[in-house]
Amino acid sequence: MDLILLRAGGWLALAFVAFAAMVMAVDSGFAFHMAIFMIACFIALWVTVSKADYQAIGRGIIKAPADQGLYDDDPIRWGIIATIFWGMAGFLAGLYIALQLAFPVLNLGLEYTTFGRLRPLHTSAVIFAFGGNALIATSFYIVQRTCRARLAFPGLARFVFWGYQLFIVLAATGYLLGITQSKEYAEPEWYVDIWLTIVWVSYAAVFIGTIVKRSEPHIYVANWFFLSFILTVAMLHLVNGLAMPVSLLGAKSYSAFAGVQDALTQWWYGHNAVGFFLTAGFLGMMYYFVPKQAERPVYSYRLSIIHFWSLIFLYIWAGPHHLHYTALPDWAQTLGMVFSIILWMPSWGGMINGLMTLNGAWEKIRTDPIIRMMVLSLAFYGMSTFEGPMMSIKAVNSLSHYTDWTIGHVHSGALGWNGMITFAAIYYLVPRLWGKQRLYSLRMINWHFWLATMGIVLYAASMWVAGIMQGLLWREYGDDGYLVYSFSEVVSAMLPMYLIRAVGGLMYLAGAIVMVYNVWMTIAGKQRDEKPMTETPHDPEADKPLVHKPTAVPAE
Amino acid sequence: MNYEALRHFADSWGLLFMALLWLGFALWAFRPGAKSMHDDAANMIFDDPEKGDKNDV
Repeated sequence: MDLILLRAGGWLALAFVAFAAMVMAVDSGFAFHMAIFMIACFIALWVTVSKADYQAIGRGIIKAPADQGLYDDDPIRWGIIATIFWGMAGFLAGLYIALQLAFPVLNLGLEYTTFGRLRPLHTSAVIFAFGGNALIATSFYIVQRTCRARLAFPGLARFVFWGYQLFIVLAATGYLLGITQSKEYAEPEWYVDIWLTIVWVSYAAVFIGTIVKRSEPHIYVANWFFLSFILTVAMLHLVNGLAMPVSLLGAKSYSAFAGVQDALTQWWYGHNAVGFFLTAGFLGMMYYFVPKQAERPVYSYRLSIIHFWSLIFLYIWAGPHHLHYTALPDWAQTLGMVFSIILWMPSWGGMINGLMTLNGAWEKIRTDPIIRMMVLSLAFYGMSTFEGPMMSIKAVNSLSHYTDWTIGHVHSGALGWNGMITFAAIYYLVPRLWGKQRLYSLRMINWHFWLATMGIVLYAASMWVAGIMQGLLWREYGDDGYLVYSFSEVVSAMLPMYLIRAVGGLMYLAGAIVMVYNVWMTIAGKQRDEKPMTETPHDPEADKPLVHKPTAVPAE
Repeated sequence: MNYEALRHFADSWGLLFMALLWLGFALWAFRPGAKSMHDDAANMIFDDPEKGDKNDV
């Protein structure tokens, strides 16, 4: 009872602090965010008070500890639903801003719906809300299964889930209100950064706590990748987020770094967000779900270890390739380029390791649509980790940088690698987490697969054309030394490619809608009556012994 | 330590230290006896399937 009182009192006190901050706020955005924080505190208070078992407390019964022989899957189920929900929001926002680039009238003349405010909403929704929830949920699932131990600190694990959702809501509403610290992929302001730090440290505690209480002697390689993702993201976030708020009751802050130091810190953060959030974390998913779905161990466990160490040692130096031909010292630019190129090797080692896991079971690509998604995901991991090093070469970068080629590259990685491996993991997990015999429909996964694949192809191809065209038009000099094409001419030349890209995005979104229906019906306990994906044909005519045939006569 | 000194340390002793550290980690995976340990680790996710998973079917 004392504990409930303490917790409820704590949430109430926090709600009062938020209320006071809201009233005394120096800008309306901060006041709005403090109101959201206050509502969240009241919800936490209400849950604390209403969920308590007062009868048991009255009788002096101490709550039985959770059965350590069962995995703690509640936060994982919520995480899967949150992944799908935020994914749909993020894909929709992406389609909308793609259409805004083709039809500027869709900015609607409102500050809240301009491209500049919706674009970070899209990137954060897909990377941190869709990807982040997928990473938290799958890491909690995998760490329990591979450690053979129930999740450590169950209360903290629930706080991680809900605290992370609050971070997403604060970040997303902030972008629409124009609250940003103007750092790409790190837009949330100082107070949201502090909240995320609290949530992330709790996440690390739950994950490491589970590893510590493991009953398996060896820590499976997927957990190495997850651990490096959690620790490195914490370090990146803390350093890049260093800032001085103008007022403790206002949203605005200024970075601790200035000029080229600020740019380098930002891209050290930005590229390692790609390397450790979108690569190491998702490789953790890959190294568990691909072997499990293929029902065979990873091709080479030794290669997975070398993949891990090489990725960790190399990725952290690749950031400066985002700052070619800027005020950054030349040696630092070259360093970023060289490490990006070396990075190609471990990336392809990992891709080959994942693909070769199917060695001896290649027919599963034909018969199992989840495996098919995993293979496509690995193929895109390979393609984008080839394209990336190539684009980091200074000569290539002088053509590709600031053009839509970069956008195409990012999306072949994000839609192809991150998206497809996440969809595959969702399809793997949903029947298991909700105790269903199988998914509602395997054929609908096939539909999802082809819609998404065609969408990515249209997206990447149109952005290659748009980007290379853009780069070539920008650098075209006339005899008199003036630029031949004005910026607006280049913009209008890209309309057809922008339309094709929007169609690609629409197809990717349509595939995801098929997934929502499939997952919804699976959780509802339905099974679609459908033809199996493959049938081994049986020919009764051929299935009989040979009779009345002359017996073979041995040669003389 | 000024910028110049730090930068020279980074591309000499710092680089050597990191390269040797990486080489050590990579070669450690090739030590004798690692193979059977790796085989066990790779197959661990399959044996005794999901003992504590009440929902698993």
